[in-house]
Amino acid sequence: MPRLKWLWLLLTALSLGCGGFFPQSTLAPKSDFSAAIDALFTDIFWWAVVVFVIVEGLLLFAIVRYRARPGRPAPKPVHGHTALEIGWTLAPALILVFIAVPTMRTIFATAGHAPEGALRVEVIGHQWWWEYRYPALGITAVNELHLPVGIPVQLVMTSADVIHSFWVPALGGKRDLTQGRTTRIAFRADSAGEYWGQCAEFCGASHANMRLRVFVEPVTAFDAWVARQRAVPAAPARGSLAERGRQVYARSACIGCHTIAGVSRGTIGPDLTHLGSRATIAGALFPNTAEYLRRWIADAPSLKPGALMPPQGMSDDDLTALVAYLQSLR
Amino acid sequence: MKSWLTTTDHKRIGLLYFWTAFGFFLVGGLEALVIRAQLAKPDGIGVSAELYNQMFTMHGTTMVFLALMPLSAAFFNYIIPLQIGARDVAFPRLNAFSYWVFLLGGLFMNASFLAGPLFGADRLSVAPDGGWFGYANLTERQFSPGPNIDFWLLSLQILGIASLAAGFNFIVTILNMRAPGMKMLRLPPFSWMTLVTQFLVITAFPVITVALVLLMFDRFFGTHFFIPAGGGDPILWQHLFWLFGHPEVYILILPAMGIVSEVLPTFSRKPLFGYTVVVYSGVLIGFMGWGVWSHHMFSVGLGPIADSVFSATTMLIAVPTGVKIFNWIATLWGGQIRFTTAMLFAVGFIAMFIIGGLSGVSHAAPPADLQQTDTYYVVAHIHYVLFGGTMLGLFAGMYYWWPKMTGRQLSETLGKWHFWLTLIGMNLAFFPMHLSGLLGMPRRIYTYGAELGVTQLNVISTAGAFLIGLAMLVFLWNIVRTRRVGTPAGNDPWGGATLEWAIPSPPPVYNFTVIPHVESRVPLWPTERHGPTAPLPPTPPAPIHVPGGSWWPLFTAFGLPLMAIGALSHQVWLVLVGVAVVIVGIYRWAYEPFEV
Repeated sequence: MPRLKWLWLLLTALSLGCGGFFPQSTLAPKSDFSAAIDALFTDIFWWAVVVFVIVEGLLLFAIVRYRARPGRPAPKPVHGHTALEIGWTLAPALILVFIAVPTMRTIFATAGHAPEGALRVEVIGHQWWWEYRYPALGITAVNELHLPVGIPVQLVMTSADVIHSFWVPALGGKRDLTQGRTTRIAFRADSAGEYWGQCAEFCGASHANMRLRVFVEPVTAFDAWVARQRAVPAAPARGSLAERGRQVYARSACIGCHTIAGVSRGTIGPDLTHLGSRATIAGALFPNTAEYLRRWIADAPSLKPGALMPPQGMSDDDLTALVAYLQSLR
Repeated sequence: MKSWLTTTDHKRIGLLYFWTAFGFFLVGGLEALVIRAQLAKPDGIGVSAELYNQMFTMHGTTMVFLALMPLSAAFFNYIIPLQIGARDVAFPRLNAFSYWVFLLGGLFMNASFLAGPLFGADRLSVAPDGGWFGYANLTERQFSPGPNIDFWLLSLQILGIASLAAGFNFIVTILNMRAPGMKMLRLPPFSWMTLVTQFLVITAFPVITVALVLLMFDRFFGTHFFIPAGGGDPILWQHLFWLFGHPEVYILILPAMGIVSEVLPTFSRKPLFGYTVVVYSGVLIGFMGWGVWSHHMFSVGLGPIADSVFSATTMLIAVPTGVKIFNWIATLWGGQIRFTTAMLFAVGFIAMFIIGGLSGVSHAAPPADLQQTDTYYVVAHIHYVLFGGTMLGLFAGMYYWWPKMTGRQLSETLGKWHFWLTLIGMNLAFFPMHLSGLLGMPRRIYTYGAELGVTQLNVISTAGAFLIGLAMLVFLWNIVRTRRVGTPAGNDPWGGATLEWAIPSPPPVYNFTVIPHVESRVPLWPTERHGPTAPLPPTPPAPIHVPGGSWWPLFTAFGLPLMAIGALSHQVWLVLVGVAVVIVGIYRWAYEPFEV
């Protein structure tokens, strides 16, 4: 919003040294949903500025003008003034009408119903990670949501355990995920990019670590991603380190909780079939590098308090092989 | 010592409330500093995630239930009987009972910080960690197996009993014990706001008690009120909690509004502008406060109709609130304003409350709230309302009534230091939170990544929080110093208009030598039709009966934490002992001879 430009300048000034990049900002809308909210908030913001200036101005004027000075006569004992009372009842009421009308309009415009033909994604919240299912495409993703630019999206959401809240500020407002209920939001992303989000409803020990990324891609790139997700990753070459890692995986506790297509069918933890293709691990908490994967498997709760995956007492060699295997799952 | 344990004097109970609540306020403040220290840098791990979650849960719970409410109660106790020209509250022993239950409930909740080993936990602290709002189903046994949530829900039930008993007591006191001539529309505004507050207390606390009992049944007896797999609904908890929780907001703010409505006229030398409008708008806020609860739940997805209705009612409540602000400014208008510390805090209240009110309007709009709720933007809002509002109002009350309560005036020089440090500190701490929230920082996170770009803002907030801490040290020093060298106050150091200023500071145990006859809203000031009330005789013309002390309120109060400890440790016999103590206590109390 151009009208918010000065606020941006202020924010940028404040954030010098941080790089001035705000991946989770609510003030840079990238979808119809978030743009509608931004327009409404901008409206309310300027009304608030006007009221703030007037009322604080009156207050300041009163305390400067009417401070006690020697020799001033005793104040008149005024008890009230009916016309004034009516006036300052009606004035805020009138302003609120000007705020309420666009508010109601935006409520119904952002009620979460996507048009026919929208891409439907089921979002399931878990302590403390996100599962995305694309029923029409037959694929599942974890923590990183891939969406095509310019196409309406319908998110249908629920929780596997406690209440979570799905929030990607650039793409729209948050919506809670509750076990036993379905909630929905709808939007159409209008520019490609990587947008950050995280759980916004306190959900236990690692609430702070339940983060997510959304990759909005041009349709061709999105389709290519879908095709890769649909394919089963090639089995590691015979005699390779990854091949040994696969054996480690298959004889460890991993298979009880995780799915890797063609290898295991656990459903307690996230699907790992395409782990190697992800940018992050552990709830978008760490970059997907060998080093972090290694530390994560060795002792997840020390990196993410309360994480349900217990520390794996593996030998260094096993760990190295397992990491190589997981990274090969592209 | 014995006389304090058995006291039924509203003034002594008021002081007990004050010192206890002030102690809890300092504890809650220290918890806030731990939170701010942790957030001073990204990826901070000064305290663990588990301990951090305990800190913000206890900070919120402590400030709401153990600091702000009972600090208001301290003034209800001390000041209301004096303002309405009464010798005590209607039920002095019930009043003592309220205090002891509050103290024991607060101690019980805080005992959880040290109780870990008793429950076989591997750490010392098993303090509540589900947030002050305790959302089910996170707070169910499946997801919170430890004793943490049990401590929380049992102590809140205990504290609720204290609030309910006090609520009934003050309603009866204000309605029935007014001096002759003090019609309802001559009642001082602080007494009026207290009356509204107490009606909210007696209607709102049963709602949270029901919610807590249901949660307790779920946790202890395996019911499924909030468990979807058993046919329950976690959203039901949110409705019940906020149906209590929003009136609770007004329970927290209305007493401070009452205090400000006393302080502004005194130091402007003008009666409160639009007295009846201020009173009626307070009553209206009390009623309307019941129709807005779901604005805490816009992100739940209740549907556009419900969102629209609750949005409209929430915006509507801004009208009577705005009316109050205009009347306060009009009270200042044309006055002769003396900037005592009490007055500075009262004006600070108005200035800060306006900011909190305006940010409130932005999340009364559900779509905007979908970006703001559960972020630091809302943390900024509640702190402008509850610190900038309630707490500055309470500080105004402390400086205003301190001479009445202790007989000595707090130092004005230190007071002004206290005020400016507090004002600067709170704006440094809370204003940047608007921005960190809008930039995407959620609340209740023990850590955040540097990539969010909110590090600088958090550093400023932390600096502000520690500045507030410094201001509190100045205030503590002021208190200590005043005990030794404070200026004696006399009856009326400020030229106040209400009856408490007609009697010595601190007042004698019977308060008034003769109950005055009230002829106007400003009994000690001349009006067009009346002169000021004649000075009261220095000694009572006839002996005044003052009820003696009683052990039974304290004895009865002990039964409640016994029951809670029994429930926590699954010892049914101990619960029964607690029940027996309460029954015996009430029986002996009821049949206690009138004279002791």
